Amino acid sequence: MFEDVRDLYQEVILDRGRHPRHAQRLDAFDATAKGDNPMCGDRVQVWVKHNDQGAVSDVGFEARGCAISIASADLMAEAAIGHTATTLRKLSADFAQLVTSGDCPDCAGLETLQPLSGVSEFPSRVKCATLPWHALLSAIDAEPGHG
Amino acid sequence: MNDRMTHLDVALLRRDFPILSETIRGKPLVFLDSAASAQKPRAVIDAMVGAMEHQYANIHRGLHWMSERTTEAYEGTRDLTATLLGANSREEIVFTRNSTEAINLVAHSYGRGILKPGQAVLISEMEHHSNIVPWQMLRDAHGIELRVCPITDAGELDMAAYEGLLEDRKVGLVAITHMSNVLGTYTPAARLCALAHEYGAKILLDGSQAVVHRRVDVKSLDADFYVFTGHKLYGPTGIGVLWARAELLEAMPPFLGGGDMISSVSFEHSSWARIPHKFEAGTPAILEGIGLSAAIKYVNAVGFDAIAAHEQALVEHALARLSPIQGLSIIGHAQDRGGVISFTMEGAHAHDIATLLDRAGIAVRAGHHCAEPLMRRMGLDSTARASFALYTTQEEIDILADTLIRVREFFA
Repeated sequence: MFEDVRDLYQEVILDRGRHPRHAQRLDAFDATAKGDNPMCGDRVQVWVKHNDQGAVSDVGFEARGCAISIASADLMAEAAIGHTATTLRKLSADFAQLVTSGDCPDCAGLETLQPLSGVSEFPSRVKCATLPWHALLSAIDAEPGHG
Repeated sequence: MNDRMTHLDVALLRRDFPILSETIRGKPLVFLDSAASAQKPRAVIDAMVGAMEHQYANIHRGLHWMSERTTEAYEGTRDLTATLLGANSREEIVFTRNSTEAINLVAHSYGRGILKPGQAVLISEMEHHSNIVPWQMLRDAHGIELRVCPITDAGELDMAAYEGLLEDRKVGLVAITHMSNVLGTYTPAARLCALAHEYGAKILLDGSQAVVHRRVDVKSLDADFYVFTGHKLYGPTGIGVLWARAELLEAMPPFLGGGDMISSVSFEHSSWARIPHKFEAGTPAILEGIGLSAAIKYVNAVGFDAIAAHEQALVEHALARLSPIQGLSIIGHAQDRGGVISFTMEGAHAHDIATLLDRAGIAVRAGHHCAEPLMRRMGLDSTARASFALYTTQEEIDILADTLIRVREFFA
């Protein structure tokens, strides 16, 4: 039973959903923002730290939500490292394409996020995967000098 | 079928609902989301299609055969609805789009027209957003205090607190659900009405869920306002009902302005039509009204005693099957409950449960069920919810329980 949902709930997703590595607020951070999905009640807050060059050096989050949204936030926290505001926006758009269409042939740097591609088969769950990214971009946009 | 039936032949009834023979990914549809919206019997579908094919025109204005017949069909729904609720007269039945609009009508017309700034409206912790937000809007626009009656951990109204909140006699209107869409709790409606009246308040009951599962008699409850929606009662979307005592409707100013709700119009002044038409501006949901008529006839024919007995058995069976599942918690343990069961599962979010159940052809609702304050009260963000209808079978509940055991294993 449920063999056909293994694309959605890959081991990585189940593991990250259960035991996220980055699910904590950062003691020192440069930006933070919340995201919520009023239709389903999922909530997330993201904290971002930059290095001197303006690239993301650390991301933490707190979330109440499903396995998909927590795993997505956790993988995002790793994928975002080293990105500037500009490249992060591109990465976020590429990720949105990945989880909507299942593929992003001309995209680079999505390897970490690839396990979430199965979400595309579940249209009602796409918003679970993208919610943390909306919060991350809100944090970046709200930050002076990084908008 | 006759209304003295006490045991439902569910297999036979299911043939009345064409959609129930659909399959989802090769599996039979197990539809356990009727509290969100119920499926429609052939009688409702045929009534609406039949009207469009054979007998349709705008109503209340045509001087021709089609308009007269369509008016009769639409107004016939008002008679049936009045009888369904035990109203004193057909004039006490106002058609709206849904329960939400019916509550907004009362919040606007009774709230702004009759209640005075400084008075209070009393709701409860287990209201649907539709019975919270209109009162917040009234509070902010009209200086009305909003009071909230707490519930117990079991999911029942705290009746001592309820009386305490009425005692200073500032509450002009109570607005409380007759059955919780999340916990399944039936509230002690007659007692709520008696206490409200004892302290000088009027009372609105939100019957969106309650009216589906049991016979409701607004006179024996001694309510002042009662609302429900057609689509949960096996009827179409787009038509809801407000019942109110005639003298209240007479005293209330109109809600929406336009055609059909006037007696005469000049650029200086307009006068209002008599009730209920004073509250029904514009061309109404004619086809949906005709569909609702068929739905009411259908449930009357099946019989509310039989529906209530069947659903009570389903609830007991579901509680017996779901409770032993390891890691599963049923939310709300009211003594008096209807065909709605909310639950959570350790290690599995409600959305993940719903996605897996969907793969097995089982439709449940997951989320906050438009009752965020109740979720917070129960210390939750979301639940999964299985809800039952007259066409639900014990076998479907067994499929749910067996599949939930697999869901538990999947996320363990």
